Amino acid sequence: MNTKGIAGMTATTASALSPRQRYFRPNALWLAAPGLAFLAVFFLFPVLRLLALSVQNPASGAFSLESYARIANTDVYLQVLGITFKIAGNTAIFSILLGYPLAYWLAGLRDGLRERMVLLVMVPFWTSYLVKTFAWMVVLGRTGVINNMLTGSGLASQPFPLVYNEFGVMVGMVHAMIPLAVLTMMPIMIGIDRRLIQAAQALGAAPAQSFWLVYFKLSLPGVTAGGLLVFISSLGFFIVPALLGGRRETMLAQLIITQVQELLNWAFAGALAAMMLVAALVTCWLYDRLFGLSSLSGGETSAQNGGSGRLRLIGLAILRVIAKASAMLADVVRKVIGTRGAQLLLPIYCALALAFLVLPTLLVIPIGFTSSQFLEFPPPGYSMQWFETYFSSPVWLSATLRSFGVAAATALCATLIGGLAALALARSSTRWGGVIFATFLAPLIVPRIIIAVGLFYLFAQIGLVATDMGLVIGHTVLALPFAFVTITAILKNYDWRLDQAAAVLGANRVKTLFLVTVPLVKGGLVAAFLFAFITSFDELTIAIFVSGGIKTTLPKQMWDDMILQLNPTLAAVSVVVFVIVTVLLLLAERFRRTA
Amino acid sequence: MTMVAKDGVTTPKLIIDGLSKRYGDVTALEPTQLNVPTGEFLTLLGPSGSGKTTLLQMICGLVEPSSGRILVDGRDQTQTPVYRRDIGLVFQHYALFPHLTVAENIEFPLRMRALPAAELKQRVKDALAMVQLDHLAARFPRELSGGQQQRVALARSFVYQPSIILMDEPLGALDKKLREHMQIEIKQLHRETGATIIYVTHDQEEALALSDRICLMNHARIEQLGTPHEIYAKPATAFAADFIGISNIFRGQVDTSSGGEIRLSTRHGSFRLPSGATSVGKEAAIVVRPEQITLGSDKGNTVMGRVMDTVYAGSETRLIVDLDEGETLIVRLPPGHPVPAFGERAALGWNPDAAVLVP
Ligand SMILES: Nc1ncnc2c1ncn2[C@@H]1O[C@H](COP(=O)(O)OP(=O)(O)O)[C@@H](O)[C@H]1O
Ligand SMILES: [Mg+2]
Repeated sequence: MNTKGIAGMTATTASALSPRQRYFRPNALWLAAPGLAFLAVFFLFPVLRLLALSVQNPASGAFSLESYARIANTDVYLQVLGITFKIAGNTAIFSILLGYPLAYWLAGLRDGLRERMVLLVMVPFWTSYLVKTFAWMVVLGRTGVINNMLTGSGLASQPFPLVYNEFGVMVGMVHAMIPLAVLTMMPIMIGIDRRLIQAAQALGAAPAQSFWLVYFKLSLPGVTAGGLLVFISSLGFFIVPALLGGRRETMLAQLIITQVQELLNWAFAGALAAMMLVAALVTCWLYDRLFGLSSLSGGETSAQNGGSGRLRLIGLAILRVIAKASAMLADVVRKVIGTRGAQLLLPIYCALALAFLVLPTLLVIPIGFTSSQFLEFPPPGYSMQWFETYFSSPVWLSATLRSFGVAAATALCATLIGGLAALALARSSTRWGGVIFATFLAPLIVPRIIIAVGLFYLFAQIGLVATDMGLVIGHTVLALPFAFVTITAILKNYDWRLDQAAAVLGANRVKTLFLVTVPLVKGGLVAAFLFAFITSFDELTIAIFVSGGIKTTLPKQMWDDMILQLNPTLAAVSVVVFVIVTVLLLLAERFRRTA
Repeated sequence: MTMVAKDGVTTPKLIIDGLSKRYGDVTALEPTQLNVPTGEFLTLLGPSGSGKTTLLQMICGLVEPSSGRILVDGRDQTQTPVYRRDIGLVFQHYALFPHLTVAENIEFPLRMRALPAAELKQRVKDALAMVQLDHLAARFPRELSGGQQQRVALARSFVYQPSIILMDEPLGALDKKLREHMQIEIKQLHRETGATIIYVTHDQEEALALSDRICLMNHARIEQLGTPHEIYAKPATAFAADFIGISNIFRGQVDTSSGGEIRLSTRHGSFRLPSGATSVGKEAAIVVRPEQITLGSDKGNTVMGRVMDTVYAGSETRLIVDLDEGETLIVRLPPGHPVPAFGERAALGWNPDAAVLVP
């Protein structure tokens, strides 16, 4: 669950670095130094050490492959590994399949309308995983919304088992990941020249053929990038399988949490984390071999043409067969439901998909105001009692306040460090640009659970566990990519000649920065701040390890409650979290756009 | 505006009958009538926004008309979807498929028509040879220069031998020299294939160089239709005169002089009109081409001015003359003609019958 908003990333390519500098400023690169140092100490070092721990004997510290041997020799662990891959793989496949038509439809809208419709994907994208999962527990549970409707209307004599099994996990995972898939594919689709489709049709291709032979082929980089990001993110999931799955859906991240929290077995946790990291890296490597990593950021690669000759020709031949078949199918469909009817299929599907993304969370809102002691829908009556319980509970209140404080501090740090780094890359021409860019994005790619365990180990040694400082540091690592990417995108459109003008008019570099540059990119800075704030505000993984026993954060408190016992207070808290995050997100989007 | 085909009897290749297009309040094309005989090279010429692309896209079926019909070989094609029409289309920005090689781009329309493999190969080979790109068959479009990409686009539109080929500013993105070279190639392709070509441009020189006929468009309608020479020699409107070639235009009022002769009163004086002119009392203008004006006052109509500039252009010399009543006159002097000095006053005259009266 580490990649909220790589989507934003695809808009900002590594080539975004290709600089606009008209003159050379040798020292601009130093502005990236604080960020690089920060990531080296609190990201690279802990992660690498975790990997090192996995090949050490816990007692002697000598090189040993014991932990790996134990994994290989224990059926349970191998099973968990297999389940993790299976769930992550299926999630990727379903998210892409279900998300593709939605992304296609969004990409085809005119700009103004699309900006508004995309919000329907952005809101579920940024909505806390805890809130989303809570919603599904309410919807799918034994006495949940669906089962109540089925049994109440007499359609079923007894409730269906919709949760605590693979079905529940897949619904939760796919629901959580479709937005990421859509937001990764959409920019690539928007970039496809629609005249190519017209050209194909003028040359004799039926609409279905022109789609497969031209549009689909050109959208493939988006499809594979989306699949990769969803797969890697899903590898590190634990909220959904823990709350919607049964014993047989236990995933790797859950094992790691158990090993660290309950058994204090660092070496073994390290080995498990290493497996996950290796899986993520191998996937990336395979992807790079097959498609070229730069297509992740929308850049063109030679591999995009399908690389080596024969594979490419086979691919084209397959596409031609599919194209032909679907053209015939389309003819049949048009005959049956008419041309107008056929044109309605896509909008209807997209309406359903958007409803699937948005409705479950919205369902939580009335439940927060229920007068009942139970999580019923529709509520038998309305009252404010659960909000009263929330706001009069010292535990909830202190957790909420702490989350606000930590999020504000995190947002400040991330915006400052990320902003300087973005400025450094925008103002200097260096062949290290690509490496630095990748470094700042890396915390998005490495599963959060790995960062969290690594930091916990580090913090335990330097006494930062259970401190606000530790939380802020951890959250800054995670929020940095968002702040960095948002500001990079803004600076890309900034006219640096204004700085030159200021310089000619007598402003020194610092004055120029604060009197010209910063006021002009203010909107982007505010957006970066808000994105970083949200990232921290609903962060759970690091909080689980670092926040300490008594003082918790809001997501940690929610998690603890959800594991113990669902109650309507959780619904009230969910409403508050959902509203705060949504408002901040809409604000951030506004600032980003007007910048 | 019916046109008799070259041989005088056959139906036109393409009939456009009352075709129009509106986008909400915007009229992209007023109801339009146009016949195109088989094998003609017709150019749609007009300023940007005059509806050329709209007309072209309706002909090939990419845009649905608001009213009217399109007939190809006498058959109504208005409802035929774009991919079932026998029409080739070349886009301004080529629209080559970036994921296909040159050869694959060219074979695309043949595959859509399910040609047998052997014939497909042969046709692609011929098409490549025709545009002299045999050696680049395995390249991807982005590995080609602009001119080469344009040739691929041409080959792709010719290879399946559509009987009508539409080209929307196909040379718009090329530099001048390459453009002139490609014009010759397009002419050649037209001769060799015998296809009916409808060509869009906003460049009047290109239109004059290529076309059998020019369809001049302005404000979403046809302003004038005719051979390049007809439009140049007999512009139907002041716009036509202004858009094609260089024109000197005198606006005024048609009235009857004391001698009973019909004349045009302008601020530069009263001018004799071409014989046969009528329409007394109306606003009108006369158009005089630069080469019809000579130095001296012996030609019937005369204006006075001061020479402000002389532009030497090889085969001719152009005089820029500021008239006494304001406005500038352009005069083309044949080679070897003595050139007046800068600032010299001159009388300029023309034969009334060499000018054209336009509404
Ligand atoms: N899809 C469209 N929606 C609205 N107006 C359009 C559209 N396409 C063209 N127009 C309008 O129709 C007019 C003619 O456009 P066009 O045919 O592209 O002109 P040309 O090709 O001669 O430059 C223009 O005013 C243009 O703004
Ligand atoms: Mg046009």
